Amino acid sequence: MRNVLPVVTVVAAILALWYAAAIPLNIHQSLVEAERAGEIVAPEGANVRRDMSGLTLAFRNPSNIGDVFGQDRPRLPAPHQVFAELWDTTVEKKVTSRRSLVFHAWITISATLVGFGIGTALGIVLAIGIVHNRAMDLSVMPWAIASQTIPILAIAPMIIVVLNSVGLQGLLPKSIISAYLSFFPVVVGMVKGLRSPERMELDLMHTYSASPAEVLWKLRLPASAPYLFASLKIGIAASLVGAIVGELPTGAVRGLGARMLSGSYYGQTIQIWSALFMAAISAAVLVGLIALIQRQTLRRMGLES
Amino acid sequence: MISTAGLNLTFQTNDGPVHALKDVDLEIGKGEFVSFIGPSGCGKTTLLRVIADLETPTAGTITVNGESPKAARLDRAYGYVFQAAGLYPWRTVEGNIQLPLEIMGYPKTERVERAERVLKLVDLEGFGRKYPWQLSGGMQQRASIARALAFDAGILLMDEPFGALDEIVRDHLNGQLLDLWKRTEKTICFVTHSIPEAVYLSTKIVVMSPRPGRITDVIESTLPVERPLDIRDTKEFLEIAHRVREGLRAGHAYED
Repeated sequence: MRNVLPVVTVVAAILALWYAAAIPLNIHQSLVEAERAGEIVAPEGANVRRDMSGLTLAFRNPSNIGDVFGQDRPRLPAPHQVFAELWDTTVEKKVTSRRSLVFHAWITISATLVGFGIGTALGIVLAIGIVHNRAMDLSVMPWAIASQTIPILAIAPMIIVVLNSVGLQGLLPKSIISAYLSFFPVVVGMVKGLRSPERMELDLMHTYSASPAEVLWKLRLPASAPYLFASLKIGIAASLVGAIVGELPTGAVRGLGARMLSGSYYGQTIQIWSALFMAAISAAVLVGLIALIQRQTLRRMGLES
Repeated sequence: MISTAGLNLTFQTNDGPVHALKDVDLEIGKGEFVSFIGPSGCGKTTLLRVIADLETPTAGTITVNGESPKAARLDRAYGYVFQAAGLYPWRTVEGNIQLPLEIMGYPKTERVERAERVLKLVDLEGFGRKYPWQLSGGMQQRASIARALAFDAGILLMDEPFGALDEIVRDHLNGQLLDLWKRTEKTICFVTHSIPEAVYLSTKIVVMSPRPGRITDVIESTLPVERPLDIRDTKEFLEIAHRVREGLRAGHAYED
């Protein structure tokens, strides 16, 4: 109960703010519709009202405020509209239907998981190389950092086009963009993790005349487990973003990115927002799954009680 | 067993060279219990690390079991016990003891057998399945000694193994260590900065002093092999302790 109250308060505050923001953002459209239906609004004429602030219009037409929460294509849909759409497209539709958000979410999540797998594997391999090879230590990290400074939105279409020209389509190009975003936190975390053993722990291995491979398997890798999981949580969220961005430039018809894109083509703001929420929910579930695996693994390793 | 002649080691640091070991001549015979005592910076740990091939001397010769330290290390001639227990937290006590055995390629059944045997040797029977954090500091250090004993090396190198423990636990472990030494007939090199500990344990006490790190005295103990704890109140014990203290003073160890 002590935990519930603060959470409920925060959620209520966000909803209140959201509803309040919908008023000035949607009032213009509401007044246009009201005028068209023959009502008297102040001032008259959409042209006159265009440059006026939403707040002023709301004050001058208080009777029209109620209409801002029920529009078909609002600038900012009200929370209940988004949740009704979410309910309609998840629970009420069959998951195999093209109109089901679960269907679209799965398309995106499958690309996310493949990309996350590629990115994690690549990240671990690079980190092992960086820790063991001085040339890689000096050369790979700057490139990895540079790769992350390029806006993904700029490079994603190029990746799609290049891969398309060699015959790769569908899931894989999206996964590669996913991997592009998710390998980086894994490299950074794993380099730190693989270097986390203390001097003494390494000396101990030296007194056993252990080979570098044995030091890696029996000391560096187990010691890096906590670092790896911290990176994986960031990595999987980045993967999801990558998969969604990967759907945008292809004009994909399936996936959460496709829903957002088609929503914006046709001014279906409610659809965009529900797809956004679905993406957020997916990310939360994926991160939660990693956290679960983390707890289980670290507990089995004796690193957590 | 271990013999050095004219051993020198100079570290190059940003503040110029540091003479960690200067002209160290030392003979350690089989089955001896040798303590290295001196203030910090006297090179006692460095000397131990040279024997273990963790540091390379810049001049002089050293042989361990008649060969170079590196060859001795590859032959698994010694077990090393560090200041901290250094048990890997993701391995059980048993798993930690089996770590060197895994690396040295012992088959599984023998690993289990040996782990059990050395756990008994350090009085930790029944704790094999515990994780290190479930053990007290003294028990952890005992487990790390068991780990060093597991592969039957003839030499045990111990770098202030009980330094971080309180005196009561320390006395207890000292008694146990003497027991263990008598039973296993190992050669033990033991770094400490406690005079009573050095006198109580050793057959030979090597007194060292800093800047540059060097040996100022080597004392052959006249104490009997059987040493109950209260031997520390005898005249003989106090005389040896006095000579150690004199040796430390002679090396200007108390300066500044």
